[in-house]
Amino acid sequence: MSPGHVIVGAGEAGARAAFALREQGYDGPVTLIGAEPLLPYERPPLSKRAITGETFAVPFIADKDRFASANIDCLTGVTVTDIDRAGQSVRLSDGAAIAYDRLLLATGAYARRLAGPEIDDPAVDYLRDAADSERLRDKLTAGAAVLVIGGGFIGLELAASAVQRGATVTVVEAAERILMRGVPAAVADAIAARHRLAGVRLLCGQQVRAVRKTSQGAEVVLSDGATLAADVVIAGIGAVPDTDLAARAGLEIDNGVKVDTELQTSDPCIYAAGDCCSFPHLLFDGRRIRLEAWRNAQDQGNTAARNMLGSADAHAAVPWFWSDQYELTLQIAGLADAGEQVVQRDLADGTPLRFTLDAEGRLVAACAFGPNATIAKEIRLAEMLIARRAHPDPAALADPSQNLKALLRAA
Amino acid sequence: MSNWVDACAADEIEAEDVRRFDHGDSTYAIYRTADDKYHATDGLCTHELVHLADGLVMDCTIECPMHNGRFDFTTGKAQGAPVFVDLKTYPVKVENGRVMIDLG
Ligand SMILES: Cc1cc2nc3c(=O)[nH]c(=O)nc-3n(C[C@H](O)[C@H](O)[C@H](O)COP(=O)(O)OP(=O)(O)OC[C@H]3O[C@@H](n4cnc5c(N)ncnc54)[C@H](O)[C@@H]3O)c2cc1C
Ligand code: FES
Repeated sequence: MSPGHVIVGAGEAGARAAFALREQGYDGPVTLIGAEPLLPYERPPLSKRAITGETFAVPFIADKDRFASANIDCLTGVTVTDIDRAGQSVRLSDGAAIAYDRLLLATGAYARRLAGPEIDDPAVDYLRDAADSERLRDKLTAGAAVLVIGGGFIGLELAASAVQRGATVTVVEAAERILMRGVPAAVADAIAARHRLAGVRLLCGQQVRAVRKTSQGAEVVLSDGATLAADVVIAGIGAVPDTDLAARAGLEIDNGVKVDTELQTSDPCIYAAGDCCSFPHLLFDGRRIRLEAWRNAQDQGNTAARNMLGSADAHAAVPWFWSDQYELTLQIAGLADAGEQVVQRDLADGTPLRFTLDAEGRLVAACAFGPNATIAKEIRLAEMLIARRAHPDPAALADPSQNLKALLRAA
Repeated sequence: MSNWVDACAADEIEAEDVRRFDHGDSTYAIYRTADDKYHATDGLCTHELVHLADGLVMDCTIECPMHNGRFDFTTGKAQGAPVFVDLKTYPVKVENGRVMIDLG
């Protein structure tokens, strides 16, 4: 009898894969092992609703009963310390060993830490898990002086949440504008404008030279010499894939656990999915990328589950990401840096939708910042066009009277 | 027993699109096909209770905006993972430019 399948990391990708194994009809043992004390939960609300909501509530993916009725053994507060590849088993922090037929690594990523001789680490907060969010919620209160280091998604969402709770917020970004990675300049400018309107101070082109603990909280020294005092300092400077376990087991690492298009690692019995892995993207000339995105974690969890059961499905889903800030949503489909030509379509309420085309005229990305009800369906249609490798006429893309559905049918 | 309820004006829904209709404690989704046929289903996805009216209509399929689960809105049939439970459907008629649905 097969020993069953084991999943390391009970986050978005791991939990989805566990349920997907059942949805695919697999009825052998499924063990989902998570280091965190909680059952799997959604991370996206942690920087948004969990901070701004009336009370703090962990957004669980599924409760105990759902795991029980799907017959998934979900172990919490337990870390997988080693993989015995020859013996096909994992060793746990509580001393137990579990054999596997196929193993999935869904270990995610952790918040990159500020480093430097003048960085006093305990003075800096980070946000990755529910405990971080609950702690920050208590600090991001009315009147608090909040300094956010990093104008990326997490930093900006936290800035929006904090200012909505009445805090005074400053965001320090090293690059010349916020959201340098993956967001076209015009869209980033619109997001910056919304933050300024809410009263957030954005300081771009400024490095953080030092962070020191003070009686108030902390002070931050910038590259231009300015010193800013704050009650709370939070760094949102990116995420680092958690490859420790894979590296110790001798699996290939390349900006994440290295997998092929079928999400298989360098060991054919071991797969990886979600934030922890890098994969060649078939839609983008096999370019190796790693995504930190909720839907990718779900998609890859599904694909990995099918392939663990013997399919050979290539993961080729169009990258898709959203970020809620204030009453508006940013959505991006595709890879904005895969092309140069930008075409703008103005949606009915005036929200601009920006398409990116590559040198051959192929649609490679679409991006908009506006009300969800205006942009969601348009971005979804753009995503389907990208998936079909469509070469839509730029004039038609720019013309709001030309329905994207019609372009999709013609593609 | 029938219980016809006025949901909206027929032209409030664009062709090949969907609209949300809340009534009592329930929420419904009303669809208009490309050839102007109207249909109604329960408003929430059977996977995780997301409003289907925020999703995309293509032909006779509604795609949930959350995990892209698909349903045939003319029959309510779930089209496969991650959706397995069918949507309830409701009779619809158009009278004097109004879309009426029978909540039974
Ligand atoms: C605050 C925040 C807001 C976000 N907002 C958005 C958003 O708006 N839109 C969007 O698209 N994406 C968003 N994301 C990104 C999204 O949440 C991630 O892409 C997704 O969670 C990745 O899922 P994952 O399963 O790969 O990793 P994770 O969800 O990080 O799960 C990995 C789990 O594995 C566990 N683990 C690691 N090593 C071991 C081990 N050896 N043994 C046992 N367990 C282990 C970890 O403790 C962790 O619980 C956000 C992320 C954060 C942190
Ligand atoms: S909530 Fe509709 S598919 Fe998941």
